Amino acid sequence: MFLINCPYCGERDQQEFKAGGEAHIERPKQPTELSDDEWAEYLFMRKNIKGVQFERWNHAHGCRKWFNMARDTSNDEIKAIYKMGEKPPTQ
Amino acid sequence: MRNKYSIFSLFKNALSYHENWQRAWKDPAPKKEYDAVIVGGGGHGLATAYYLAKKHNMQNIAVVEKGWIGGGNTGRNTTIIRSNYLWDASAGLYDHALKIWEGLSQELNYNVMFSQRGVMNLAHNLQDVRDLKRRTHANRLNGIDAVYLNTEEVKKFCPIINTSQDIRYPVLGGTLQRRAGTARHDAVAWGYARGADEMGVDIIQNCEVKSIKRSGDIVEGIDTTKGFIKTKKIGVVAAGHSSVVANMAGLKLPLESKPLQALVSEPVKPIIDTVVMSNAVHAYVSQSDKGELVIGAGTDDYISYSQKGSHQIVEGTLNAILELYPIFSRMRMLRQWGGIVDICPDASPILSKTSIKGLYFNCGWGTGGFKATPGSGDLFAHTIANDEPHKLNAAFNLNRFVSGDLVDEHGAAAVAH
Repeated sequence: MFLINCPYCGERDQQEFKAGGEAHIERPKQPTELSDDEWAEYLFMRKNIKGVQFERWNHAHGCRKWFNMARDTSNDEIKAIYKMGEKPPTQ
Repeated sequence: MRNKYSIFSLFKNALSYHENWQRAWKDPAPKKEYDAVIVGGGGHGLATAYYLAKKHNMQNIAVVEKGWIGGGNTGRNTTIIRSNYLWDASAGLYDHALKIWEGLSQELNYNVMFSQRGVMNLAHNLQDVRDLKRRTHANRLNGIDAVYLNTEEVKKFCPIINTSQDIRYPVLGGTLQRRAGTARHDAVAWGYARGADEMGVDIIQNCEVKSIKRSGDIVEGIDTTKGFIKTKKIGVVAAGHSSVVANMAGLKLPLESKPLQALVSEPVKPIIDTVVMSNAVHAYVSQSDKGELVIGAGTDDYISYSQKGSHQIVEGTLNAILELYPIFSRMRMLRQWGGIVDICPDASPILSKTSIKGLYFNCGWGTGGFKATPGSGDLFAHTIANDEPHKLNAAFNLNRFVSGDLVDEHGAAAVAH
């Protein structure tokens, strides 16, 4: 269990949040032209990184806004929090 | 030849104060080359090695394990065994395992303490009732024993359940699989390790895989913390770390690794002689031979490899346990832990070849892999030895995520995911 610093509400208990999985998976621009392999890649295949990964979170029991997080999945340490549409931190 | 365990060997060793038991398995250094290497020394990996040696005559093989055998999810689960899955493919897979469980202690000459004490799944709302009835019919069509129980029959089978209709989620009925039950998880790993070792399999502990070497689309071997091992066939059975190993070979898997928690209470006298699972309120409980209540909680929703879960998950499970079993209200929980489970989008496992020749994956068992250990090992050994899946695991290939032919057991399996 950890504390999450919501970019809109400040630091809150993790219980208020819902994890939304891997971030920056781009929705296909031309869905009708996608092959089965490309659909599988988009829908199902995940990096599932052990280490720092970028992921989406939702402040479900709070402001209900979505945002991004860089978190080390090996020890649950939060490295950075940034808003939707922003580029992931390089460090 | 290793001495057989028996009442006589027990008696003989008692005379020397149990100080002269022989080693159950060796501790070899890795050879330069093997016919096949299994990555991951949990129950599934050791079972795979055992059946490769026994049924497919491949004795020049090794199991490499980064920690100690059975130290991962094999030692962290709630030991429930059942096969009452909805879909035909799952029913075939899990009942194959259950049939092997029934004779496993004899086969391994190792007491895995398999106890067919029955598993009961409870219904708490009208949809549960419909789903469980449907699953009961589906199970029977597949030759799997299943009965539907009404509330009175649930109470009769397990008298400590609170069947009052005044509680938040009253018990409306349930299903019972009498052939289901529990086994001793550590003994399964140790029994398979001892059996495989006796046939010449090298079990190499404290040996972590660092990279997978390949030329083009053919595997050549693995780099480990104990040096390079040449091999043509690699079977990866790495549970929560499957994606990490897949990444070494440049593959992506449809998996997410999440913490799943369990806890045990202080030991008490026998109070519950079966396994009761409840999907809707997420509580399941059984009692170990030591007398501890073994309680399974749920997964967290975020990816983590930390082997720690959130406190509110445990709290939610205990709330449900206390409402269903008021008699437990003053018991104390002694230990709580988390394991990292690899979950597929369709909540069914992957036992499959890959696009790389000689690389096989056995993963995605998610929250319920222990029950399948013998069957998983048997079928994965078949897949590796023949470079083709057995008909029982053909549906559990990686390609189903491309073709869309998923085995959707989310919710259908009467299991809490």
